[in-house]
Amino acid sequence: MALIDPTLPVVKNLLLLDSEGKRIAVKYYSPEWSTVASQASFEKALWNKTSRTNARAEAEIIMFDNVVVVYKYIGDLMFYATGSQDENELVLYTVLQAFYESVTILLRQQVEKKTVLENLDLVLLAIDEIVDGGVILETEPSVVASRVTMRGADGEQAPMPITEQSFTKALASAKEHLTRSLLK
Amino acid sequence: MAATAQDSQAPLRGPEKKDEDREDESANRCDSRTVSRQYEQHSVWSCLQVITKLLYLLNQGESFTKKEAAEVFFGVTKLFQKQDINLRRMMYLCIKDICPGADEVIIVTSSLMKDMNSKTDLYRSNSVRVLSKIIDGQLLAQIERYLKQAIVDKSPVVASAALVSALHLLGNNAEIVKRWINEVQEAAQNKNNMVQFHAVALLHALRASDRLAISKLVTSLTKANVKSPLAQCLLVRYVAQVIQDSQPGPNGEQRPFYDFLESCLRHKAEVVIFEAARAICNLRDVTARELTPAITVLQLFLSSSKPVLRFAAVRTLNKVAMTHPLAVTHCNIDMESLISDQNRSIATLAITTLLKTGNESSVEKLLKQIGSFMSDIADDFKIVVVEAIRSLCLKFPTKQRALMNFLSGVLREEGGFEYKKAIVQSILVLIQEIPDAKETGLGHLCEFIEDCEFTYLSTQVLHLLGQEGPKTKEPSKYIRYIYNRIILENATVRAAAVSALANFGAVCEALRPRIIVLLRRALSDNDDEVRDRATLHLQQLEGKAGGPEAVQPRVDVNLTALEKALSDYLAGPTDKPFDISVVPKAPPPLRGAAGGLGLPSASTTSGGGALPATSAARKDPTAEYAELLRSIPQLAPLGEVFKSCEPFRLTEEDTEYAVFCIKHVYEGHIVFQFNCTNTIAEQVLEDVSVAMDLADAGDFEEAFTIPLETMPLNGVGQCFTVVTRQPGAIATGKIVNILKFKVKEIDPGTGEAEEEGYDDEYVLEDLEVTPADYVKPTLLGNFRKAWEELDPSTEKEDEYGLGQREALQDAVEAVIGILGMQPCEGSEAVPPNARSHTVLLAGIFVGYQQVLVRMSFGIDAGNNVAMKLVVRAESLELSEAIHQIIQDA
Repeated sequence: MALIDPTLPVVKNLLLLDSEGKRIAVKYYSPEWSTVASQASFEKALWNKTSRTNARAEAEIIMFDNVVVVYKYIGDLMFYATGSQDENELVLYTVLQAFYESVTILLRQQVEKKTVLENLDLVLLAIDEIVDGGVILETEPSVVASRVTMRGADGEQAPMPITEQSFTKALASAKEHLTRSLLK
Repeated sequence: MAATAQDSQAPLRGPEKKDEDREDESANRCDSRTVSRQYEQHSVWSCLQVITKLLYLLNQGESFTKKEAAEVFFGVTKLFQKQDINLRRMMYLCIKDICPGADEVIIVTSSLMKDMNSKTDLYRSNSVRVLSKIIDGQLLAQIERYLKQAIVDKSPVVASAALVSALHLLGNNAEIVKRWINEVQEAAQNKNNMVQFHAVALLHALRASDRLAISKLVTSLTKANVKSPLAQCLLVRYVAQVIQDSQPGPNGEQRPFYDFLESCLRHKAEVVIFEAARAICNLRDVTARELTPAITVLQLFLSSSKPVLRFAAVRTLNKVAMTHPLAVTHCNIDMESLISDQNRSIATLAITTLLKTGNESSVEKLLKQIGSFMSDIADDFKIVVVEAIRSLCLKFPTKQRALMNFLSGVLREEGGFEYKKAIVQSILVLIQEIPDAKETGLGHLCEFIEDCEFTYLSTQVLHLLGQEGPKTKEPSKYIRYIYNRIILENATVRAAAVSALANFGAVCEALRPRIIVLLRRALSDNDDEVRDRATLHLQQLEGKAGGPEAVQPRVDVNLTALEKALSDYLAGPTDKPFDISVVPKAPPPLRGAAGGLGLPSASTTSGGGALPATSAARKDPTAEYAELLRSIPQLAPLGEVFKSCEPFRLTEEDTEYAVFCIKHVYEGHIVFQFNCTNTIAEQVLEDVSVAMDLADAGDFEEAFTIPLETMPLNGVGQCFTVVTRQPGAIATGKIVNILKFKVKEIDPGTGEAEEEGYDDEYVLEDLEVTPADYVKPTLLGNFRKAWEELDPSTEKEDEYGLGQREALQDAVEAVIGILGMQPCEGSEAVPPNARSHTVLLAGIFVGYQQVLVRMSFGIDAGNNVAMKLVVRAESLELSEAIHQIIQDA
């Protein structure tokens, strides 16, 4: 992919690995890792360098091989976002935050390998909604989540963002929806 | 109600239309073909599952063959008949990931274009993103209208999708995207943060090549209210770029837009604050006053609870510390607390920053803190710390004892090869740069090799001991360490140790008998190389085989040429012994590199302890030729060479003979070295010399010539012509040169040269001796001080027009090249777009007289460059000579 404008913040990849460093869902945007083998070796090196650090409370950061990676662990999952070494670290952090928070919302707080695998489509779509070809598309987790679930797409519901606050509301409407469809 | 209760726990999904005929998938079917076939018959739910599985396979690194991909793609396109929204969303993703070929695209475009006109925002946005990924320029022209509309769509998701797609399309279809600029401009006013961000990015990308347009864009955007933090970050970057390109104001005047950057430091989003602080820190020639607000903000970040923020701040400060250590010292207390940070990257950055900003008195305290920290970080971080300590030690030579102790301490700790190598290299550099550190450094290295598991490092240290040890006050104390290696180590190290011992024997006569005893013991070594070395060195020390001086042979042949000559020799008949004199004696290129490492007698010994060539090689022709000149007995009485000039070609290219001239300036002489090469195999050229006609150079008188016996074929041979002049005088003139030689044709039948030859001549290009030949660059610490110390009465000032130049930098480089002096204080670099510039030069004239030059350049609108040249020197004649150089040029 041709690089667009050097001043534009670019995400090189978004990774979701399990607690043993195996990939669950990944997306590479940069030509640096064009082969599966080079991607695998990058993931291995990254996992070796980060797996022993504690990134549960706050997202951590590491610089190696001329890239900056921000990462966070939730449950038995590791979320990573990579950028060039000149990238503003906080921009990458915003992207990472969008990544793990939108997944958290989509999986209703049950962020663990099992639920992710069962709902892999949602995670893949979330990645797709956050970054498009390296360009940051959306960073607001609730907006990402509502776009993934195509809220408001069928015209029945108002396109309201799903936030933690509106959870009960969303729940209520989902219940209602389900009962209606069951009664049919 | 069990179902609903469970549903509240279930992952958040869009409204699903669950079909009754949901089938159990055979979960582990991975064959894409069977999978894709299932699309047609099965329900929405199972289709979703299948697509997810396909994407999972792709994600795990499986790849489909072209046929498989095409089949999957066709399968997916059929699903456009189904109206389920979640399925449609997955199809969009799937099409992007599979990336169909050109002939397949056509199948989906009509469906996608239908979605592009749908009432549903998410259909529109997604179909725009998919389409822009898969279409070519021709199709783009067809849908251009829709994309243009989408950019100004009132739904942010559609507008963002269209803008980002436009950013991607810009690469190949810039012409079309440029037509949308009005829409993009409108989108930049959008209230949605992300839309604004994408629009600003696209606006900039559209104008990236036009500096003026960018400047206008930045001006209008800084005035407009940009709300989105990410867009604001972009704006900060653009502003920094504009400042970079703009002309720095005269002293004291603020840069344009600096106010804007400073105001961004008070933005409410951290990401913008940091971007602005970073931009200020990276400003060219940033002043301490400009830095202060940025540093203050970064200092606050240092104590943030978020590691990302701490890292970002400390990394930026670390960079600032390289150029403005004083500005960062305020943060030292916060930095010190970061040494124990959980995140080792942050800790290392904090330490190296502290090492850069630390003053002399705090060194010990700092070393103590680092000592406790070194044991629990990874090797690559340790290397960074070691390098920082090395530069600190060079900065504060008086602290070398403490720092050297620290290095030797960490040398004893566990560590990998790269880490140990970094430490040994650091000690080597310190030994070379700081004379006081030599003895302690050698002592530490001795201890190190006692227990060193790396052969490479052992041999390197042994070689250094062999070189430096004999010159110390107490050479005998190193012998035990070296001899221990002969007893305990592997063959490579033993061989290096034998050579090192022999060096002691050769240099210190008092130790020689004892060394001989020790070397005898190595005679029965079970390794050939060790035995050979011991035998050879024993013979030499006992006065045979060239005597003790031959222990360290001077390899004054070109090593690559030697290698080639040897392999040629081995390829042919080997009944005659190898004749080393056929190898060209040109100064080996390695010598400069070895000299850069600063080991005075860096000629490589017979193996073992070869020194690694560092990239720090200095390119100084004088040093390069000095050894060659010294080796010629006729030139020895002339004294030390003052300066050697760069080689100058005296023949046209592709002529029969290639001759280069190198001028060597001595106190009372000039030696012209002619490097001659014969390029014709059918003739032998003998008794080669260069005759000089000094009619136009009256100040010179020819002294003698050193002819070359034969001009080597495609090799380099030297002949010399020496002229005298008044000692210390700056004599100039033009010299006409004639190459004289005896030609002997080679008989093509026998391959032997004829007995009788005939004399011939060849007129070479003229050679000029200019005042610039008598100046050589010197490094100067403080130009102003040196300037003021010189007598103002020697000052001479004049102005020159330099004609049209492309840029000031060209003119500056040209004048520096003509004068051949050393630019001081980095003044040789002209800031981009500068209209005027001052360059400071320092040099010494033959006879070691200092000359300083201050040149002010100016350029007008027509690119005409004018220069004011002010010279101070130790005498007025020298000042005039400098002006003469410029006038002649």
